[in-house]
Amino acid sequence: MPIMSYIQAVTQALKEEMERDEKVFVLGEDVGKKGGVFRATDGLYDQFGEERVIDTPLAESAIAGVGIGAAMYGLRPVAEMQFADFIMPAVNQIISEAARIRYRSNNDWNCPITIRAPYGGGVHGALYHSQSVEAVFANQPGLKIVMPSTPYDVKGLLKAAIRDEDPVLFFEHKRAYRLLKGEVPEDDYVLPIGKADVKREGSDITVITYGLCVHFALQAAEKLAEEGISAHILDLRTVYPLDQEAIIEAAKKTGKVLLVTEDNKEGSIISEVSAIISENCLFDLDAPIQRLAGPNVPAMPYAPPMEKFFMMNPDKVEKAMRELAEY
Amino acid sequence: MAKSRHEALGLSDDQVLEMFKTMLLARKIDERMWLLNRAGKIPFVISCQGQEAAQVGAAFALDREKDYAAPYYRDMGVVLAFGMTPRELMLSGFAKSEDPNSGGRQMPGHFGQKKNRILTGSSPVTTQVPHAVGVALAAKMEKKDFVSFVTLGEGSSNQGDFHEGLNFAGVHKLPVITMVENNKYAISVPIEKQLGCEKVSDRAIGYGMPGFTIDGNDPLAVYEAVKAARERAVKGEGPTLIEAVSYRLTAHSSDDDDRTYREREEVEEAKKKDSIITFANYLKENGILNDEQEKALHDEMAKIINDATDYAENAPYAEAESALKYVYAE
Repeated sequence: MPIMSYIQAVTQALKEEMERDEKVFVLGEDVGKKGGVFRATDGLYDQFGEERVIDTPLAESAIAGVGIGAAMYGLRPVAEMQFADFIMPAVNQIISEAARIRYRSNNDWNCPITIRAPYGGGVHGALYHSQSVEAVFANQPGLKIVMPSTPYDVKGLLKAAIRDEDPVLFFEHKRAYRLLKGEVPEDDYVLPIGKADVKREGSDITVITYGLCVHFALQAAEKLAEEGISAHILDLRTVYPLDQEAIIEAAKKTGKVLLVTEDNKEGSIISEVSAIISENCLFDLDAPIQRLAGPNVPAMPYAPPMEKFFMMNPDKVEKAMRELAEY
Repeated sequence: MAKSRHEALGLSDDQVLEMFKTMLLARKIDERMWLLNRAGKIPFVISCQGQEAAQVGAAFALDREKDYAAPYYRDMGVVLAFGMTPRELMLSGFAKSEDPNSGGRQMPGHFGQKKNRILTGSSPVTTQVPHAVGVALAAKMEKKDFVSFVTLGEGSSNQGDFHEGLNFAGVHKLPVITMVENNKYAISVPIEKQLGCEKVSDRAIGYGMPGFTIDGNDPLAVYEAVKAARERAVKGEGPTLIEAVSYRLTAHSSDDDDRTYREREEVEEAKKKDSIITFANYLKENGILNDEQEKALHDEMAKIINDATDYAENAPYAEAESALKYVYAE
């Protein structure tokens, strides 16, 4: 089985879907000739031409809105926001339009668009090239938000997003792009949107997280295993709507739950996960639910010491896991 | 004998009469909705009154068998011409289950009907412009010969989506026709306080497309402009911006009182140019309509609208719990 980086899995999924279905096309800033600022669409322009790999004007609301129109018509647009931080001008199109098209038309119209965006920090990106924006969209019924943690999941979930009949936001961690490598099958597989995935079986504590933080939690779990602490790790994979069943099962399994995100703590995805556990698992818990997250400041600063202070890392996760295990 | 204006445009007597009927039907349905609103039977109305000529003139210039429309909330004339029925419009007014626009989920004026290629719309203005551009992009990609047609008010031409959408269409030379229905008011704010330029059509040059300002009270002038835009679009010559100038004869909506911001004299003056009167006169001058036929038309409309009103009023609401349906594919 070939070993691929996280970003190669993105490119591979796009390529395979465009080969499979001529209704699939890509649009965004610099996605064509350049192949994307991160090179996620590398080679697609040469293979599929400028009509299906469209370099758009620099205008995010049009990237989303034109994609939405094409999706209503019946095409399968994959729109790229160059950075998740720059999705804000498109929020009206995504929330007022894409999310509500099926509902407001009483199932007459639908909007099968995928919107990809690189998110996350630890890359010296400062306030506007590091943010996690999923919480902005995570109380908007009609949307689905996928945030994969491994190259294998990237390929299977991106294919599922493109084939989905409803709008999907697909957030890729930009530091994971070249940091994470893994086996990716050559065959055409899709993974279910809306299903969390156990990334490590364990019995002492449960860590529930998503995206790059899954990787940090797995690293920490390896270390803690040497000390005899067994960690169960659940990767949410889809952060909206949440896989409640898997969350409850994972929480009940050990009774000690640590929730991790690199987003700001208040009102984050893990806040909702915490509420689900509180509602369903009170008598199964042996410790208060712990949340490990970024501080409540607007976003991570540029200067390395401050960036490091904000950013999640394996040491912070390990410390929180150990404390919970010892509770 | 010199050709009449409509003949010169290639329109038959029957076609212009059909245009007039559609305009009149839109007006009469709208008037009925106001009565129903004031009688406490429907919670909300937003009007097409004063803009029927632009709406119907434009729609008749399109291919209503294959073109797509992304109307805005005043476009009753457009959706009637595209195939929505009076019953369906009344079902929307009464928010009943059978309403094809939304099954009673949205306020009236939020049009959408897939079988007639009317894109579903929302309340935040101008979001439909990029959608129409997206449909036009699909036409180009699939090498099909339909166009998309999108409308909005002049106030909405200040929104980012207007600029972003039209620029995208200009760059990619897409078959989309944008018609701004300039009715001189964005709720209470007059055009002088909306536009930094003189005319909405002045903006076209910035997007690399032709822009025209035409008399929106004249359905034949609108027909001519949209027809030419459509020909350009299907020939691959790209988008067009059309500004159809008319006047909003009613308050902004049933919840607005326009006496607080405009003089009655101004409204009375505008009523003299009401296309329902002026186009009827044109038809009479050309021997297509006489007073007797006009009265018969009004009677016929009343019948249709009475039927639609009764039908919609007696139709059931959707089940309350059906509010949970269709968030995602089921």
